[in-house]
Amino acid sequence: MNMMIKAYRRKLDVANGRVDLSHGAGGRAMGQLIEGIFHKAFDNDWLRAGNDQSAFSVPGGRMVMTTDAYVVSPLFFPGGNIGTLAVHGTINDIAMAGAVPLYLSASFIIEEGFPFADLERIAQSMGAASREAGVPIITGDTKVVERCKADGVFISTAGVGMVPDGLDLRSDAARPGDAVIISGSIGDHGVAVMSKHENLEFDTDIASDSAALHGLVADMIAAGGAHIRLMRDPTRGGIAATLNEIASQSRVGFRIDEDKIPLKPEVAAACEFLGLDPLNVANEGKLVAVVAPEGANAVLATMRAHPLGSEAALVGHVVADDNCFVQMTTSFGGGRIVDWLSGEQLPRIC
Amino acid sequence: MKYIDEYRDGRLAKDIARQIAALADPGRSYHFMEFCGGHTHAISRYGLEDLLPANVRMIHGPGCPVCVLPIGRIDAAIALAMRPEITLCTYGDLMRVPGSNGSSLLKAKAAGADIRMVYSTLDALRIAEAELEREVVFFAIGFETTTPPTALALKAAIAKGLGNFSIFCNHVLTPAAIQNILESPDVRKLGTIKIDGFVGPAHVSTVIGTEPYEFFAGEFQKPVVVAGFEPLDVIQAILMLVRQVNDGRHEVENQYIRAVTALGNEKAQAEVANFFELRESFEWRGLGEVPYGALRLRPQYVAYDAEKRFSMVTPAAKDNPACACGAILRGVRRPTDCKLFGTVCTPDTPMGSCMVSSEGACAAHWTYGRFRERARQVDVGRAVA
Repeated sequence: MNMMIKAYRRKLDVANGRVDLSHGAGGRAMGQLIEGIFHKAFDNDWLRAGNDQSAFSVPGGRMVMTTDAYVVSPLFFPGGNIGTLAVHGTINDIAMAGAVPLYLSASFIIEEGFPFADLERIAQSMGAASREAGVPIITGDTKVVERCKADGVFISTAGVGMVPDGLDLRSDAARPGDAVIISGSIGDHGVAVMSKHENLEFDTDIASDSAALHGLVADMIAAGGAHIRLMRDPTRGGIAATLNEIASQSRVGFRIDEDKIPLKPEVAAACEFLGLDPLNVANEGKLVAVVAPEGANAVLATMRAHPLGSEAALVGHVVADDNCFVQMTTSFGGGRIVDWLSGEQLPRIC
Repeated sequence: MKYIDEYRDGRLAKDIARQIAALADPGRSYHFMEFCGGHTHAISRYGLEDLLPANVRMIHGPGCPVCVLPIGRIDAAIALAMRPEITLCTYGDLMRVPGSNGSSLLKAKAAGADIRMVYSTLDALRIAEAELEREVVFFAIGFETTTPPTALALKAAIAKGLGNFSIFCNHVLTPAAIQNILESPDVRKLGTIKIDGFVGPAHVSTVIGTEPYEFFAGEFQKPVVVAGFEPLDVIQAILMLVRQVNDGRHEVENQYIRAVTALGNEKAQAEVANFFELRESFEWRGLGEVPYGALRLRPQYVAYDAEKRFSMVTPAAKDNPACACGAILRGVRRPTDCKLFGTVCTPDTPMGSCMVSSEGACAAHWTYGRFRERARQVDVGRAVA
């Protein structure tokens, strides 16, 4: 007997509907928009695989290409700005395929009236981030739109990289028994940005975790490449969205332990105050790795030896589950599901 | 985290759970309703059900202001927001609440309405001060907890002489709704489930105190324990209710002594009484008309009452007839008993009040607890085999 309750997905009303904020929040609505409009229009095998990048064969090996758009408010926040996010985010999307990032592009959509000083600050920090990562920005584009037609500046970056020989990380590769490892504390980026959000400012020492992860990934592959099934950076939607994505793509479930998930007390306090679940809060310098059980300890030890993985933790395991549920043992000893976010995560009234 | 971690101590919880299991009479069952969505959320998020013995069952009541707002009031707010001179200020969790024909404030905003998400009444006041050419309407919603801030916003608007600020008042009252659950025409229609006691919301009682429940507990002979929203608060309240039931008592007890008193915050009550009066009747989504279950602005503040100022009309709008929210809110049925649950009705596509906000009974079960349903089905399958 199939006991799975199949969730109804309302068809996108292309004729009459409009894009609303939930379509950009990283939840089901966004997936529906991407499937209903972009995948439908661009349909091909690479997109259908549902990765954050696509690997393809070129003479001399396998290549990865990815693209991403960055809109964040405020543009500057503790630990970074929209420019550093654009560099780190694209490098990380390439790195999650186990690939070595090689080159980046950057497109800017700038609102009329945007101060040069802010633009220079963003560009300078992007340059520094790309130099530090060893991944140059080799092409770009600039457009200016009328006042009120953009929110200061939007940045779109693309990147390419090469996959090491013999490595093939796929989003459908998680198997029951595999270990789930998180590279460090969750929710830092989302809380840092919220702490500077208009109308929501609060004092916290938390800075964004924005960072390029390809060095950490290279070490992990060197230590346990054959055992790493897949990697994903849990950005918008947090680790809840990432684990649900992997679960549905690999047709498995997860069982994780709340007590083992690294979480800074300040982040926990801010989430408590705002009524948010840290599992849904964005990260920009963390990764989730699914690793075959025999390689888990080696990969974990290697991660902990790297500055960006010093707080890495084994937080749970992949389990067989037709329903693809992500289940968690709570710090209180009970059980619960960790679900996708519905729409945007918003502070509760009371 | 000081004052948080102390209330999430898993070992202490297991201790209390053992006490409940030892005290709960195996020859009977205990049904307790947590009225407030905050408690429902805590129970689901921390998996509290797993710690309780099988004969102690929690029934998730209607206590979520977002859930119980009727469709007609959302439709009225959308119609108002579509007027070109209006800026509607609202709390974020109202944005996705479905109105008629799949509409919502989120969709109205995308269609061009000037709808701003705010985090407090003061944000709405600031917008009114900064944009004097706009008519700024604050969409006021919530239980007794959020009413005093609305009263203070009104007081400030009057003091500042802000003629472009008004309030669309949807504040509702807890004791009236609890009474309605046990005593209303729907109870005869839907049937009743035995409710042995109530967990009362602490945040409401920080304002109104515990005293308003005294009449209720005596009249209906049901114990009430006012409890906080941390998981340890809730499980301790359950222990206190089990003790009362075993002793044959029906008293109002206060678990949340760290902030709640018998009389509550009398200054806040006075501010509310200055500006608001009882509505004779107000529709609660899922419960129907609740006598004296809501507030409106007093007549002398008509200039600040958006309903009067803009001649707002609340259209009659019905929930999907297959929706079982009325019965679920009263504990007569479980979320999974509803034909719509998990098929056409999910948190992404909510049809009824219980699925509308994350604190509703159906949304909480879908988001946190639906793995239990499968476990139950497996158990039934094993039993049949």
